[in-house]
Amino acid sequence: MTKVLTVEDLTISFGTGDSELTVVHKVNFTLEAGKTLALVGESGSGKSVTSLGIMRLLSPSQSRVQGKIVLHSDEDIDLLSLSESRMRRLRGDRIAMIFQEPLTSLNPVYTIGDQIIEAIRSHRRMSKRNARQRAIELIDQVGIPDAEHRLGTYPHELSGGMRQRIMIAIALALEPDILIADEPTTALDVTVQAQILELLNRLQEETGMAMLFITHDFGVVADIADRTIVMYAGEMVEEGSTETVLERPLMPYTSGLMRAVPKLETAGLKEGDLESIEGFVPHPDNRPTGCSFHPRCTHALAGTCDVPPVPIEDAGDGHLVRCKRWKTLQEAAE
Amino acid sequence: MSEKALIETRDLKQHFPLRKGLFGGKSQVVKAVDGISIEIPRRSVLGLVGESGSGKSTFGQAVMGLTKPTAGSMTFDGIDMATASSAELRGLKRRMQMVFQDPFSSLNPRMSVAETLGVPLRFHEPQLNGAQRKDRAAEMLERVGLPGQYVDRFPHEFSGGQRQRIGIARALMVHPDFIMADEVVSALDVSVQAQVLNLFGRLQRDLELTMLFITHDLAVVGHVSDFVAVMYLGRVVEIAPTRELFSSPKHPYTEALLSAAPTPQTKNRRQRIVLKGDIPSPLNPPSGCPFRTRCPYALEECAHSTPELREFASGHKAACIRDDLSLASATQQQKEPA
Repeated sequence: MTKVLTVEDLTISFGTGDSELTVVHKVNFTLEAGKTLALVGESGSGKSVTSLGIMRLLSPSQSRVQGKIVLHSDEDIDLLSLSESRMRRLRGDRIAMIFQEPLTSLNPVYTIGDQIIEAIRSHRRMSKRNARQRAIELIDQVGIPDAEHRLGTYPHELSGGMRQRIMIAIALALEPDILIADEPTTALDVTVQAQILELLNRLQEETGMAMLFITHDFGVVADIADRTIVMYAGEMVEEGSTETVLERPLMPYTSGLMRAVPKLETAGLKEGDLESIEGFVPHPDNRPTGCSFHPRCTHALAGTCDVPPVPIEDAGDGHLVRCKRWKTLQEAAE
Repeated sequence: MSEKALIETRDLKQHFPLRKGLFGGKSQVVKAVDGISIEIPRRSVLGLVGESGSGKSTFGQAVMGLTKPTAGSMTFDGIDMATASSAELRGLKRRMQMVFQDPFSSLNPRMSVAETLGVPLRFHEPQLNGAQRKDRAAEMLERVGLPGQYVDRFPHEFSGGQRQRIGIARALMVHPDFIMADEVVSALDVSVQAQVLNLFGRLQRDLELTMLFITHDLAVVGHVSDFVAVMYLGRVVEIAPTRELFSSPKHPYTEALLSAAPTPQTKNRRQRIVLKGDIPSPLNPPSGCPFRTRCPYALEECAHSTPELREFASGHKAACIRDDLSLASATQQQKEPA
């Protein structure tokens, strides 16, 4: 296994002075070549801000990013200490990103071809003719037929799925080591989502890139990720191999979230209420003391769960869980 | 279905003509809804699933009488909406209410909850005074799981899930018999989605509501519905009691939808059928079966004529000419690759 990125104690806050709000708390993970790590969470969990922090796409005047983000290429590069111009050279080249809504990421007044060629030529010295050739290869690689003809089309002429394929083509143009995908299939229909997930899996096999995949959907996680981190209120609350997290979750939030999703297998049985998690995700200026999930947790114990600190513990085999009661709960379940 | 259905549509069509550019030219027609006949029995929930562009929301609007259908009929409790008198229509509109997708844009930010919930009362129960309307609003808030004293608050003071509860309360203010719910949980987080689905289930049972529940999410539709209709390019391609549809689908599109729905399991995963291409443009639908261009089982005959819904089992209809398919269900864990 080759590590390509290490994130250490990443903490991100917005605002200044008294009004400073910390939205990401000490997040740690590594990305490995050829592997996919999923960050899962609901709105307000800090998953997207984490990815923007890694790309250094947060405005420095309005936010503070602390910790370490180390890119392991020929040498180790700490992204947080790079100058903006060096960061710009890395962005798109070593680390690329795709977003949820491809229509807002593509420029409506340029053709698809122009936009792919621009991405290539802004980083590589390449003749227009060669860049054009490369663009055709890329369009072909992301599974769009009739690549040469597509170069001249505009974003509005394409369907949502096609646009996301174009975004992927642009992201892959410079053969990045890392692809960050922020909810790339959320705006798509399920049948198209299945196509895009299949495409990303195939491209990863072909290129060996590492992927950081951000989603709210455990179903998508099962399809794409090797490892999974569950986030809640800006903190990592569980991490492990995807199989471990999905099949043997230890954090009550993770298992509660999975039980709250209706299952296809029990469709039409009218089994009554879904198990829901009462309440909602706390606002960052009003985080509960101790475990941030305890006010919504059915297993919470006064005097234990509301007392800080709540460290993240290793439950074995790299399965990490932030819950003071995980051992008790696990024994009770067995 | 011995009792007469509350809602019945007969060959309902909603076509939209598209004007060509400055110099005219051949005018085109989008057949957003192209001949739908369904019945919703009293006190039951019909789930309508489909992808974007399938026409499910347009159908919902036609059912609500918000658009005038191009052809076909829609009857509510035996009254034909097209020929009803205006007095009858006003009565019908009280009995039919809707809940919308986006709880952020469907509430007026400058109206307090009491005002928002009072609007349907002003129209349908004009004899009530302001204090009475406010009392009714507070009562209804409690019914949807919010404290009654929140009537004086404004939309920005609520979370998405709470706003959706207010949207539901507004629909229930005038004691309707029928609710059309269009993608009501799609904008919500999973943990909140479960709360709102439970609320819907409870209200539907307690108030004996009839519902048309429109969504793109199969698992959600499977949880709330008694019957499910699957739409593709303006037509219903399969309709069946929910359990039946999920356990023995008869239309290849239903099979593909079920197999594409992501499930959080890493073991015993179902064989996934990945369809080719996108849903075709409704401006230029394929000849014959609308699904044939993406169907893994399409035959030459499929291009000849548009298949009508036909009965496969009691109450289970599908629009597919093939009898010889054994399609994968959502309830069995695995299937051998076809």
